[in-house]
Amino acid sequence: MAVLTDDARRRIGEYAALYPAARSALLPALHVAQNELGWLPRDAMEEVAELLGLDWDQVEEVASFYTMYYKDPVGTYVLEVCKTVPCAYLGADDIIDYVSAKLGIQPGETTADGMFTLFRVECLAACHRAPVMQVNHRYYQNLTPERVDALIEAARQLQLQSAGAPGFAIRRTWSESVENAQ
Amino acid sequence: MSKEPILFKHLAVPDINKLGVYVENGGYEGLRKAVTDMKPEDVTKEVSDSGLRGRGGAGFPTGRKWSFIPKGVLPTYLVVNADESEPGAFKDRELMERNPHQLLEGVALSAYAIGCRLAFIYVRGEFLYIQEILDAALAEAYAGGYLGKNIFGSGYDIEIVVHRGAGAYICGEESALLDSLEGYRGFPRLRPPFPAVKGLYGQPTVINNVETLANVPHIVRHGSAWFRSYGTEKSPGTKICSISGPVQKPGNYELEMGTPFRVLLEEKAGGMLPGKTLKAYIPGGASAPMLPNRPEFIDVPITYEDYPAVGSTMGSASFILIPEDVCIIYAQLRISEFFAHESCGKCIPCREGTPWLMKTVRRIERGEGREDDLPLLLDICDNILGRSFCALGDFSTSNIVASIKYFYDEYEEHIRRRACPHISATAAVA
Repeated sequence: MAVLTDDARRRIGEYAALYPAARSALLPALHVAQNELGWLPRDAMEEVAELLGLDWDQVEEVASFYTMYYKDPVGTYVLEVCKTVPCAYLGADDIIDYVSAKLGIQPGETTADGMFTLFRVECLAACHRAPVMQVNHRYYQNLTPERVDALIEAARQLQLQSAGAPGFAIRRTWSESVENAQ
Repeated sequence: MSKEPILFKHLAVPDINKLGVYVENGGYEGLRKAVTDMKPEDVTKEVSDSGLRGRGGAGFPTGRKWSFIPKGVLPTYLVVNADESEPGAFKDRELMERNPHQLLEGVALSAYAIGCRLAFIYVRGEFLYIQEILDAALAEAYAGGYLGKNIFGSGYDIEIVVHRGAGAYICGEESALLDSLEGYRGFPRLRPPFPAVKGLYGQPTVINNVETLANVPHIVRHGSAWFRSYGTEKSPGTKICSISGPVQKPGNYELEMGTPFRVLLEEKAGGMLPGKTLKAYIPGGASAPMLPNRPEFIDVPITYEDYPAVGSTMGSASFILIPEDVCIIYAQLRISEFFAHESCGKCIPCREGTPWLMKTVRRIERGEGREDDLPLLLDICDNILGRSFCALGDFSTSNIVASIKYFYDEYEEHIRRRACPHISATAAVA
């Protein structure tokens, strides 16, 4: 069953044409599919496989290797806080605890309303702006509890304004809606 | 730096990321000169003569790497390693974010030198906004005729594709990067054959770091002798140094090679934050052995040759500072967790060894360490080092060995007291 939009299928085709071998488009194709669906269900991997002339298990073995592909459903907003050195001792542990307490979830869990998922992740190449996290793969740096509060509030407001829209549509407008502090 | 910076020279120019501003400031002059006035081998010779060495960490001479490409085996590929994932490193990110055309010009020049007409920039998956910046710069450069078909009427065509990974430190290892770019799991490849002979799609391939290639336009424009006026005999040029930890001004600083670490710490980064004293620092990202705060380690000149002389490595010049109030075992645990998480699983010593190191350090940190845990840690290291398929395994041992060497007492105290003596101090800092 097709789960990707025509637009996603077209973009995957464009990626495939960029490379001497279509399989090179597998990582970009999985990014496109995940952007649409929020995560990578088997249906999506099967469709990517078909578009690139691969078997499903060839796609699955690649998707399961890379941490940025979600093999299980995640929230509309995925909060990924760096826990490596030096973030670890520059406030990251406190930020993780703060988010965890505020949202009532442990790292790896999603809130009951499906809004937020929290992950602890390895180095994000922002050590000079510690502590740092990515929300839907956009950087938020020099984090403080107040800044986390503001981000979560902005996410909730956006959700209200987009009532009825599926999570992935909100995900795509996130970067334009919230100041992306470098 | 007393001399003018090379790579960060134009950072203060507003809109240097825009094609027009980049060109007004001498941008793409090197590329024009090369494709209209120089043979590809002349470019390679200029870069060889400059003494430029790989800025990703290994320090291999760049011109020599290019010269390994066999003649007449087409197509050849240039792949840019922008998978910046080493804990402590954030320099390539700033180079690409603030001056994307400098990199693109370097890519085109280097591609020209090795006869490549299709080059790839492999950015780490989390660099979504960097991909957008590079794609926008590429579109401008194509439209302006600086890249694409028949550039500067020379008959030379160059196309550049920005490819984004998906979260895997191992893909910074050049052969794993190639597997990833071909649409596979990022597993390192057996060498030989080296990528220069059989690389991307089985064709001759050069893989260079972002900072390495960003130097090339300047070398071609101003010549190898000019470049050698910076730095030392064995480490010519400058180095972008990333410094992080509890300092006044963490960030990226371009320093002439040979500048002592003390200058980076005290002058550039403004010294430690009030109330913080330095306990140890890691000079080259999590892979490089840490050094304790002793004058002989603080006055080390930042070069490829000087850090090995004191038992560490400059690596990518990613300086992570560890303050006195942070438990070394806690810092080591986060490093060991990193390597256990990032081990790709291809070879047994690394796949089994890195989690074993992590679990052992964890129980020591929790006050559950056993008397023979220190010999055990060193024994595990001994069975990973030199026995793994690629350098990731070796890197996972560097700081275990160094932290035990320099902070044996802290480990010993954790095990003897069955507790972390720093627990309150760490909590107060974290």
